[in-house]
Amino acid sequence: MKAATEELLKLVSDWKGSFCGAYNIREDGKSVGRLSTEHIKVEPKQDGTGLDIIVAPGTKGEQVAIPACVTVGDFNDLVYNDFYIGEGADVTIVAGCGLHNDTGEAARHNGIHRFFLKKGSHAKYIEKHVGVGKGTGRRSIDPVTEVFLDEDAMLEMDTSQLSGIDTTRRVTKGTCGKGAKLVIHEHLLTEKDQRATTEFEVSLDGEGSSVDLVSRSVAKDDSVQSYRSKIVGNARCTGHSECDAIITGHGKVSASPQLDANNEDAALIHEAAIGKIAGEQILKLRTFGLTEEEAEEKIIQGFLR
Amino acid sequence: MLKLEHIYWNTPDGTPILKDVDLAIGDGGLTAITGPNGGGKTTLAKIIAGIEHPMKGRIVFEGEDITDMDVTERAKRGISYAFQTPVRFKGLTVTDLLEMAAGRRLDEAARCELLSKVGLCAKDYEGREVNASLSGGEIKRVEIATILARKSRLMVFDEPEAGIDLWSFAGLIDAFEQMKAEGVGTQVIISHQERILQVADRIVVIEDGLVKEDGARDAILPHLLESSRCPRCPMPDPEVRARHAAKEARR
Repeated sequence: MKAATEELLKLVSDWKGSFCGAYNIREDGKSVGRLSTEHIKVEPKQDGTGLDIIVAPGTKGEQVAIPACVTVGDFNDLVYNDFYIGEGADVTIVAGCGLHNDTGEAARHNGIHRFFLKKGSHAKYIEKHVGVGKGTGRRSIDPVTEVFLDEDAMLEMDTSQLSGIDTTRRVTKGTCGKGAKLVIHEHLLTEKDQRATTEFEVSLDGEGSSVDLVSRSVAKDDSVQSYRSKIVGNARCTGHSECDAIITGHGKVSASPQLDANNEDAALIHEAAIGKIAGEQILKLRTFGLTEEEAEEKIIQGFLR
Repeated sequence: MLKLEHIYWNTPDGTPILKDVDLAIGDGGLTAITGPNGGGKTTLAKIIAGIEHPMKGRIVFEGEDITDMDVTERAKRGISYAFQTPVRFKGLTVTDLLEMAAGRRLDEAARCELLSKVGLCAKDYEGREVNASLSGGEIKRVEIATILARKSRLMVFDEPEAGIDLWSFAGLIDAFEQMKAEGVGTQVIISHQERILQVADRIVVIEDGLVKEDGARDAILPHLLESSRCPRCPMPDPEVRARHAAKEARR
């Protein structure tokens, strides 16, 4: 494993020299380390396009890490990973991506992850994206996440991209069965001339299903962000989406929510707030002795946590 | 400790709010600034904190001219200010605010001590975001706790009683009295509340942009409660005045 990969692993998956539980480390399109455990199998797909991660029914408290790292320029990484979570299982999945680009050529990672959660299972999915390196080549990450939740299954997705990615298009789609619950918290920071697009589309098909989408973002400098969400209520269900964005400098953010209620018992809500940091917030922290710049930094840190 | 010399301040449209306010506040104790709404009390508090700057006049804090200093500089010199309407933050927790106010990490015991002084249980609140999920009373108590955390030499509270329930208010009065007894800083409290005026060492009445009365509590308060200029009841009815008189007699 390259030293650059180890550095990226620290940033995207809290790597401390090893992983606790099953894992696969992807470096420049190839696996450089893989481990299956008794309850979690990490297996390459037969067509070589990615991995199948199979969690046995009833597995509790285990973790699987599937990070991907790109350490070179002029590279376009594409991977398909499918996660099968057995009935009644409860696991944590860490699947960050890091790009280290010291060249003038573009580097891109496109991870297409599908999650199939069986009845009564629960998964916490942590996804961190980060870009580093001194090169002028553009760094792009375009994740696609598809979630299929059976009866009473629940996926909690915590996704963040806080630095170093020039362009990103983040697409998340979900389908919720009876009593299923999807919770997504996104944290996004763009600066300089970076571009970010977030698209959520969730279909609430089962009775008593629910989704909670919360996106908090900061657009600094000349960066541009776009947020699109669509929640479709096809049964008695509850859906909530919230887009909060802070703008500093010449940042631009657009938010377009869409709520489709196809059932009279569908209760769908969208909230959006975009604007600069309130002057009174900065003033309050200045009464603690912070400078204006320090206060702004603290507010942004808290907002994106 | 603090001298306000010939302070003038107008609104942006030129309406005079403070008209030659001259006030000196000594080291320690609790000074209550009271008076009718619109009289200039909150403006005066903001001028002390550096949130507003006087059109004319001079402010001296511990021998140093701070007239041109901004909020940050005054905070670093030991002046803290509790907002009348506390600010909400998405993402920042009660612990974040307390630690920023204290300027250091606070252990569980320290957080518990600060929050219990304003009637909050640390276990329930230290991880809570200071956002819309907190009620007006809760966020007010957090605001006061941040001032207690700063342990400043001069603490300015702008209507601490506003939006706070009676039970918490009693705890707050205890906190003010305890700080006074322990000699923790100098307290300046903008208030209309009789209970706060009762624990003050000194009462200053600001009316129509001027210091109308200034003296020891026992000299000012009875007069305030009985006069038609009572800040709580500018035109009290006879029954209210009788209750005030009876209460004073009991004390």
